[in-house]
Amino acid sequence: MSSIPLPAESAVPIGRLKFNRLRNVKERGIEALMFLAAFVSVMTTLGIVYVLVSESIVFFQRVPLSDFLFDTQWTPLFDDAHYGIMVLLSGTITSSAVALLVAIPLGTIIAIYLSEFAPFTVREVAKPFLELLGGVPTIIYGYFALVVVTPLLQMIYPDLPGFNLLAAGIVMGIMIIPYVASLSEDAMRAVPMSLREGSYAMGATRLQTALRVVMPAATSGIASAYILGISRAVGETMILAVAAGMQPNLTFNPAEPGATVTSYIVQVALGDLPHGSIGYQTIFAAGLMLMLMTLVFNLLGYYMRKKFREVY
Amino acid sequence: MTNAAQSLPPLKAEARDLNFHYGKFHALKGINMPVYDKKVTALIGPSGCGKSTFLRCFNRMHDLYPGNRYEGSIDFHPDRTNLLAPDIDPIEVRMRISMVFQKPNPFPKSIYENVAYGLRVRGEKSRSVVDDKVEAALRGAALWEEVKNRLKEPGANLSGGQQQRLCIARALASDPELMLFDEPTSALDPIATASIEELVSELKEKVTVLIVTHNMQQAARISDYTAYMYMGEMIEFGVTDEIFIKPAKKQTEDYITGRFG
Repeated sequence: MSSIPLPAESAVPIGRLKFNRLRNVKERGIEALMFLAAFVSVMTTLGIVYVLVSESIVFFQRVPLSDFLFDTQWTPLFDDAHYGIMVLLSGTITSSAVALLVAIPLGTIIAIYLSEFAPFTVREVAKPFLELLGGVPTIIYGYFALVVVTPLLQMIYPDLPGFNLLAAGIVMGIMIIPYVASLSEDAMRAVPMSLREGSYAMGATRLQTALRVVMPAATSGIASAYILGISRAVGETMILAVAAGMQPNLTFNPAEPGATVTSYIVQVALGDLPHGSIGYQTIFAAGLMLMLMTLVFNLLGYYMRKKFREVY
Repeated sequence: MTNAAQSLPPLKAEARDLNFHYGKFHALKGINMPVYDKKVTALIGPSGCGKSTFLRCFNRMHDLYPGNRYEGSIDFHPDRTNLLAPDIDPIEVRMRISMVFQKPNPFPKSIYENVAYGLRVRGEKSRSVVDDKVEAALRGAALWEEVKNRLKEPGANLSGGQQQRLCIARALASDPELMLFDEPTSALDPIATASIEELVSELKEKVTVLIVTHNMQQAARISDYTAYMYMGEMIEFGVTDEIFIKPAKKQTEDYITGRFG
């Protein structure tokens, strides 16, 4: 044992492998800060859910759930008060349907063009412009619907009222196009070149390749783009508040004025209803409804992403 | 070519003074090479020598990207059409000359639809015709027995070697006259490689094969003719056995014996 000579004097101090206390404290501190940042967003969500649920419970103690779901009138501010959420949902569904009928076909076509057909320079110019369209404040879209689109539509349908779900829905669709187009395009561009080459090598045209190979391969991404578009449409407020008239109206006819869940909340929140009154309480019930709808779409999106995920 | 006296098989295609440019880069320099009918011709050479570039001239794959330019001709026999002529439609070319890629690239479709793809894009509607061709192609690619009960499953569920045979079946289904293979086994394990090699050797009874390979043993095993390329030039072309046993050029010999490349 002693025959192995130890170095008389180590060049590095013996304690060099010891626990580095200062470094560990710093790491812990940073970790705690990052945890706090993540915690804030979780707590905010939980806080919102708590407020919505607790205030809604108060509401449902005064209004039976069956009235809320099945009544065909929404008149919480009248003496003869009715609380049929269907009325607001019909407005939300009608305007969203119009918006999606505009946004999904156009957004998909734009995405296919940009991803599969456009020359490099066109894509580089067009994409920022498209994304700019998504950055326009929605109040501007609202006035665009009211003072440009409605009068244009009235040239075709003279009977169209000045406030209507159709114009609001169309403009909302225009607003959503960039989300649908941009995300779908990202999904299609992520499809590897080798798949496209495989298709071209079989004698397929560009369009056949885009529709039969690239789009199926990008299904999960395109589906999430659509779901995001739906969530945007359901949650959109300002365009509808400005251009759709805010008149609770149980109708699926887009040529009529209507109120949506969101535009009703704006209306009440801006009004002078006393805090705690039943009228005030309605906005929490409506808000909870809205949150449940977006939750359903988010879950649907999550499921679609998993189901259609392609491993290249 | 030392065996000029022997009677040569009929030609399927012939590259004549073929030059190819990627933008400013002169990738293929004055290539002349015959491709004999119902034979396997292997293209060998170090990475970047232009063998894949040459292969992709045959089905006009370079047309997909801007800035590429062909000069010279590839005559396609028996009618001696120049595949590179401006009035030739690359889509029609690709319907007669099919290709198998380096990495298996099955489409996100069922096994059946993968094989039927070529028929679908040319508008074949008859169900029975498609059924028959799909079965024949899968048999031709030695895959039928393994997949006949799971034709509706996604192609991506198959193993790597099966996926590559699926791609071969896909390329076979459209009755090509010439099949191009771009290093078809470089992403596969040795067992899958052996089955693909066996398949390529069988294919030549029906179709002409042009194959790029990194693996010289593979070229020696499966090909009838071998071409050695270096730096975009065709250094030597000849009967495989002669190229490997007694190459005419020193350069070829250095590459084959592993002294270079």
